[in-house]
Amino acid sequence: MIIRPVQYFLVALMFLFSGSVFAQHVEENESAHEESFNAGEMILEHVIDAYEWHILTYGDFHLSIPLPIIIYSDGRLVTFMSSAFHHGHTPALFDENNKLIQAEDIDHNQTIAFGLAVMKEGAHKGKLGYINTEKYIQHHQIEEAVEAGVPYDFSITKNVVSLWISLILIVLIFVIVAKSYKTRKGMAPKGLQSMLEPFIVFIRDDIAKASIGEKKYEKYLPYLLTIFFFIFFNNLFGLVPFFPGGANLTGNIAITMVLALFTFVITNVSGKKAYWIHIVNTPGVPWWLKIPIPLMPIVELVGLITKPFVLMVRLFANITAGHIIVLGFISLIFIFGNMHPAIGYGVSIVSIAFTIFLTFLEILVALIQAYVFTLLSALYFGAATEEHH
Amino acid sequence: MELVSPGLGLIFWMTLSFGIVLFLLSKFVWPMILGSLKEREEGIANSLEAAQKAREEIQNLHSNNEELLKEARDEREEMIREARKLKDDLIDTAKDKADEEAKHIIENAKAVIEQEKTAALSALKNQVADLSIEIAEKLLKAELSKDKKQKELMDKLIGEANNQLN
Repeated sequence: MIIRPVQYFLVALMFLFSGSVFAQHVEENESAHEESFNAGEMILEHVIDAYEWHILTYGDFHLSIPLPIIIYSDGRLVTFMSSAFHHGHTPALFDENNKLIQAEDIDHNQTIAFGLAVMKEGAHKGKLGYINTEKYIQHHQIEEAVEAGVPYDFSITKNVVSLWISLILIVLIFVIVAKSYKTRKGMAPKGLQSMLEPFIVFIRDDIAKASIGEKKYEKYLPYLLTIFFFIFFNNLFGLVPFFPGGANLTGNIAITMVLALFTFVITNVSGKKAYWIHIVNTPGVPWWLKIPIPLMPIVELVGLITKPFVLMVRLFANITAGHIIVLGFISLIFIFGNMHPAIGYGVSIVSIAFTIFLTFLEILVALIQAYVFTLLSALYFGAATEEHH
Repeated sequence: MELVSPGLGLIFWMTLSFGIVLFLLSKFVWPMILGSLKEREEGIANSLEAAQKAREEIQNLHSNNEELLKEARDEREEMIREARKLKDDLIDTAKDKADEEAKHIIENAKAVIEQEKTAALSALKNQVADLSIEIAEKLLKAELSKDKKQKELMDKLIGEANNQLN
């Protein structure tokens, strides 16, 4: 669904840049470069999660880190390395003891209990799904053998690894900072400490104190600091184009969903009487909006759910959009390069210039989105803990 | 679709890992950092307050010093004034006394002179009277012998008297 607009966008850009002279040429080559280079596929591959960490491809050589797959299905816990999928080209087949059958042994007379593969299309595209082993043996095509249903997938994907790297880094950084606070008691900040202190003070004074209030802000400050630095650091890690950066963590809907859920749970757990009264029996509203049909409570309830939903979508969309645009400009080089290498070189100058500009913009967005998420969370906490109007 | 469908595994690992990190940071790291920050800020605020107080104290001391100096100056002036007054008084009284003494001396002298004068006058009077009696005696004697001789004697006696007086 998402690929289509991206493709339209790219085609529009292509015409915009090439003009009518190259128009004929583009149409001729359309089917050819669809095979060799698909911008939409490439962009999507770079912004979504993956079962292996692809680092680089040079000709036929693929450098990627295989990651553990953890599957729970029908009471079975199956673990194996993602290298079994051969970059998604083959399924992983198992015998009755949940043991992985090596690719060269497939055609031997073995009882294959079940098979798993990375789906290439459909609702579960890019995720693990079951395949019909008999059909696969016949056709040797994953697309032909797809079965309904997906297993519970707890795999250590690229984003999970990136999440752990970033969390370890965050813990390390702040343990160092905390130590320097302890050893340099009452002294001016220095080094890493002085770099991060303005952010900490800003979150404390201008976000927590301003939104929640002088009395209660201290309870929420650790959470606000943690989400701010988590989002900010991961936004920045996401901008680094090579390992160990490059995982689009804060542009992943699952990550932003969990963050928004944390804010949602904390907001409602700390909701005071006034907050719940405001939802159930909104003051200052005519009674007939509440009594026969509880219209206002429904509206308030929708608002309650909308808040974290918006938090989730805003962060996800901002970060992913930035990545898609940058990748779009990079794709232009290859699209034009497929027509003629010279055009590709020419376009690369423009593309790189735009990419540099967008990367600077993205650094700004990284900070702004972290700030917005933290500020809105603080505002929700402030509204929930308000005593009276 | 794959872009907007959250993966179960990622939700699970994110909730678990982020939860643990949130707990660890909130329990050990943030309180330490925020506590130190607060402590330092309070320390700075206290130091500033103390500096302000010290400055005020110094100002007070300064004004105290000034006051003391002024008092001392006033006192000195007062003392000088008093001394001058005392001096003037002393001179005045001394002058008065001297005047009085002088007057007294002069009066005494005057009285002595008067006395001497009266004494001299009375002595002169007595002498003149004695001389007059003597002259009269001699005149009477000469008158009796010769007129001419008597006259000569008279002149001679008067000359003598004159010499005696002088």
